[in-house]
Amino acid sequence: MILDGKCPTGPIEKSWDKHRFDLKLVNPANKRKYNIIVVGTGLAGGAAAASLGELGYNVQAFCYQDSPRRAHSIAAQGGINAAKNYPSDGDSILRLMYDTIKGGDFRAREADVWRLSQVSNNIIDQCVAQGVPFGRDYAGYLDNRSFGGAQVSRTFYSRGETGQQLLLGAYSALSRQIKLGSVKMYNRREMLDLVVVDGVARGITCRNLITGALESYAADAVCLCTGGYVNVFYLSTNAKGCSVTATWKAAKKGAFFANPCYTQIHPTCIPQAGEYQSKLTLMSESLRNDGRIWVPKKKEDVNKRPEQIPEEDRDYYLERKYPSFGNLAPRDISSRSAKEQCDEGRGVGPGGRGVYLDYADSIKRLSEKVICERYGNLFEMYERITDDNAYKTPMRIYPAPHYAMGGLWVDYNLMSNVPGLFVLGEANFSVHGANRLGASALMQGLSDGYFVIPYTIGGYLATVKPGGTNTDHAEFKKSAEDVNSTTNKLLNINGKKTVTEFHRDLGKIMWNNVGMARSKESLTEAIKQIPVLRDEFWKNLKVTGTGAELNQQLENAGRVADFLEFGELMARDSLHREESCGGHFRVEHQLPDGEAMRNDADFSYVGAWEFKGVGKEPELHKEPLKFETIHLAVRSYK
Amino acid sequence: MSEHKTMTLTLIVWRQKNANDPGKFETYTAKHITEHHSFLEMLDVVNEDLINTGKEPIVFDHDCREGICGMCSQVINGAPHGGQDRTTVCQLHMRKFKDGDTIYIEPWRARAFPIVKDLIVDRAALDTIIQAGGYTSCHTGGVPDGNTIMIPKPIAEEATDAAECIGCGACVAGCPNGAAMLFTGAKVSQLALLPQGRPEAAARVKNMTEAMKECGFGNCTNHYECQVACPKGVNVKFIARMNREFLKAQFA
Amino acid sequence: MQLLTSSIGRKIVMAITGQAMVLFAVVHLLGNSSIFGWLNGGINAYAEHLHSLPLPIIIAFRLVMLALVCIHIWFGIQLTIENRGGRPRQYAVKSVQKATFASENMIWTGCLLGLFLVYHLLHFTFQVTNPETAALQHLVPLHDQMVPNVLGMVVAGFSNFFVAFIYALALVVLFLHLSHGIQSFFQTMGWSCDKSQPIIVKLGTLVALVMFLGYVTIPLTIFAGILKG
Repeated sequence: MILDGKCPTGPIEKSWDKHRFDLKLVNPANKRKYNIIVVGTGLAGGAAAASLGELGYNVQAFCYQDSPRRAHSIAAQGGINAAKNYPSDGDSILRLMYDTIKGGDFRAREADVWRLSQVSNNIIDQCVAQGVPFGRDYAGYLDNRSFGGAQVSRTFYSRGETGQQLLLGAYSALSRQIKLGSVKMYNRREMLDLVVVDGVARGITCRNLITGALESYAADAVCLCTGGYVNVFYLSTNAKGCSVTATWKAAKKGAFFANPCYTQIHPTCIPQAGEYQSKLTLMSESLRNDGRIWVPKKKEDVNKRPEQIPEEDRDYYLERKYPSFGNLAPRDISSRSAKEQCDEGRGVGPGGRGVYLDYADSIKRLSEKVICERYGNLFEMYERITDDNAYKTPMRIYPAPHYAMGGLWVDYNLMSNVPGLFVLGEANFSVHGANRLGASALMQGLSDGYFVIPYTIGGYLATVKPGGTNTDHAEFKKSAEDVNSTTNKLLNINGKKTVTEFHRDLGKIMWNNVGMARSKESLTEAIKQIPVLRDEFWKNLKVTGTGAELNQQLENAGRVADFLEFGELMARDSLHREESCGGHFRVEHQLPDGEAMRNDADFSYVGAWEFKGVGKEPELHKEPLKFETIHLAVRSYK
Repeated sequence: MSEHKTMTLTLIVWRQKNANDPGKFETYTAKHITEHHSFLEMLDVVNEDLINTGKEPIVFDHDCREGICGMCSQVINGAPHGGQDRTTVCQLHMRKFKDGDTIYIEPWRARAFPIVKDLIVDRAALDTIIQAGGYTSCHTGGVPDGNTIMIPKPIAEEATDAAECIGCGACVAGCPNGAAMLFTGAKVSQLALLPQGRPEAAARVKNMTEAMKECGFGNCTNHYECQVACPKGVNVKFIARMNREFLKAQFA
Repeated sequence: MQLLTSSIGRKIVMAITGQAMVLFAVVHLLGNSSIFGWLNGGINAYAEHLHSLPLPIIIAFRLVMLALVCIHIWFGIQLTIENRGGRPRQYAVKSVQKATFASENMIWTGCLLGLFLVYHLLHFTFQVTNPETAALQHLVPLHDQMVPNVLGMVVAGFSNFFVAFIYALALVVLFLHLSHGIQSFFQTMGWSCDKSQPIIVKLGTLVALVMFLGYVTIPLTIFAGILKG
């Protein structure tokens, strides 16, 4: 099937305005008759629930945490982009769009990216009005930072905790609506199924994580704002509870999963210290501005202390391989190079999975004081975790899975191919193409939530009768029964391996074969190994306790069960995409200098997969990508 | 990089099946723990052992494991988050402990935070306080350009200091009275400092402090234990500012 | 009225009534220090000066002080009971870093001060505990009139080890109560910031200490025989 993104036609500058005018409206008096479910309360979900509630819709919002304020958007450090052009350095909506399309390696829809760039300015105004304490200059105006992939200064920030402040802004707007009664908040609920009635999304089944009870909720539209799936690698910078479950359940009910192979691996994370490690911590990419990355030239030196290795025995591999960009090579290149060094046995630290990020030269050049002013908080965080003082000894860093560009397929209205199912934020595939630029995730979440869905959902709801289905419908009963039987199955396997062990095993398969550098062999291997592990999971899993209580083992088991199915899709998508672009790197397709080699002739499309059953080959649908405003070019940052 | 010596620790952990169970302490042994384990990873190891021996693992709240989501909530040897300066439990590492140590692990204890299970408490009361007024009543859209509101840098910085709060509830857990003054004071102050928050400042402080009382939080007696417990270093000056705002509101 | 019902309102009432009593205690100390002779006629002259004020003023003043004490005690007990329930179960290990013995025991130091106040009033104001030395019963000449012998009563009282000891002990309790109470007043009224707060804490303790030393000098010097009637 050829998918249609339903993008507006005509000049891109007018596309969103024209589309907004063309959308049908819901009469204000009728809005309260419509129920909308919002799953997830991060930037996208929180902003959507607050805005839709304010418009007058009846909103039911769900999150698995104990409060809507805790979604993982909160962990974003750097900032949020907007085309305000406050510094007057040549920025514009078009330039932000250009940078985003190019950064995404020409694998995103132009119209969506234009819209994102256009509303980016509204987001800043909105957040300021909410009382988000953005960084200010001494005149009292909003301050900007520079960020990767852009030659203008357009990133707004709040110290190193921009995500936190933006999320708390959305949370405060949501709290106001909860108080007003327009949003009903359901905390500690995990969505375990999408209810589809006659091909239309009509509600969800979720588990009350405190009591274990299964609950059904019906609505006229369902918005999934459930984030990304990189916990499929087990170790990632995501929160422990982040999972693919909500989107995967929707995929199993017919929603197409687009571009799952596009995953972003962040180069500057603190390496794994041991097998027991449960998560990886990211440190701001800005560290690479003054640090020099190296590994020992000789394998036998890897266990020496770094200061015992003389200058001539060190390999500053990024400076050597990419003399013009050096240590500031793009995220994917520096991540991949680190992996290569470690694969060759020259990695340092526990398990040989780490490279040095050395500040000795910068400290000599600039003084320890200057380095402390620039990176003091990061050095402190590094020391808290590793107990190493980075002023005295080089830091060790290693890449870690960080963000998922892929997600459920949506059209320009953010509606999936299942009518009534909308997907927002990281959970959809729409704007980042094959690679996301820094400070763009926050922008997308808030754009979708505050400024896109309030318009586009109206266009859909105006075409449906409110209150069309309630939870008495047979599909709701069936959904609850299915979830219940899966739960019971998980509880009754009584095997020998814990959920964590399975997740760790899956993570290893994914990381080694579907990680930073993928090949036909590795992907075929993954497609072979994952079903074997999945079978073992359903035969040998051990979950203690019951389903009628707070049971974290059971919660995790459900999530890992979904990862075990989804991981295979990710590998298949990676295998089918015979090109390298952005976060998807196939070793077979690279330029002599190691840069990704795109294949625009054959792969300039969105690959959206239709679920056909566990263990069955999914069906690929394509949405061709057209580039009319920004012309296809080889991505180069040299 | 120091050698991976392992430690053995005795854990005395609060176990409580559900809200109605009286609960009791149980003793466990944590083996093969290195100084690089985070505290939660140490508990992960203990839990894997428990599951493998057919016992119920210890249930605790956690999510981001990088000190920002505010989900983790354990009192370790009487100190919320373990007592290390500006550190949440998830960022506390085992190098702070010695081989052979005995560690008491308890949930937040406060009237307003009923225990849900083991180390998990219900912190809905904090949401209730925010819902009472922890926002500016602006609409989505229809707001002026961000730069039309100028905010002096020192004011913006102070508001950000207050906004650092992650809502974990350690201040309540650390307060002998179970008061939520630091939490509430931080939000009241953040919005009172900023021009955007001024129009509703009087109603906000009245409503939020009233919600605080209704939720069953205790009153402030200026022990300042909250400031010590706060993993984000939120200062008690924000309680003073809230008190000031409260007084002002009485005459507004 | 939120001041009388809310969490912060009642704290503010506690702070204001408490601080008013601190002010009284400061003036009381200055007046009592006349026992060391800086006022012509010493403490007897000071006492006479107070007694010669118009009766309505004296009564009104005493009623206000009584009200302050009652309000302070009433809210103190009410808030303490609420706060004790704030943490239904104590932690197995007690770990306290900023709270002090004084801050944790305000209710007890307050109760002791209340008891002491009763004794103090019975002893020196109503003069019923030791009628044999009651000043009102023993007039002495001052300038050109006969006035109650307050000095004699005080000296007689503090010459007794037991009485002097009770007073000294009460003053230690007063020191504890004020060392937390004075700085607490500024925090509760919102008159502190991160820079001033640690200074206020130190100054509060210093003022409490000065008051302790000032007051305790009277029974000490009398008991030691340095100050004689």
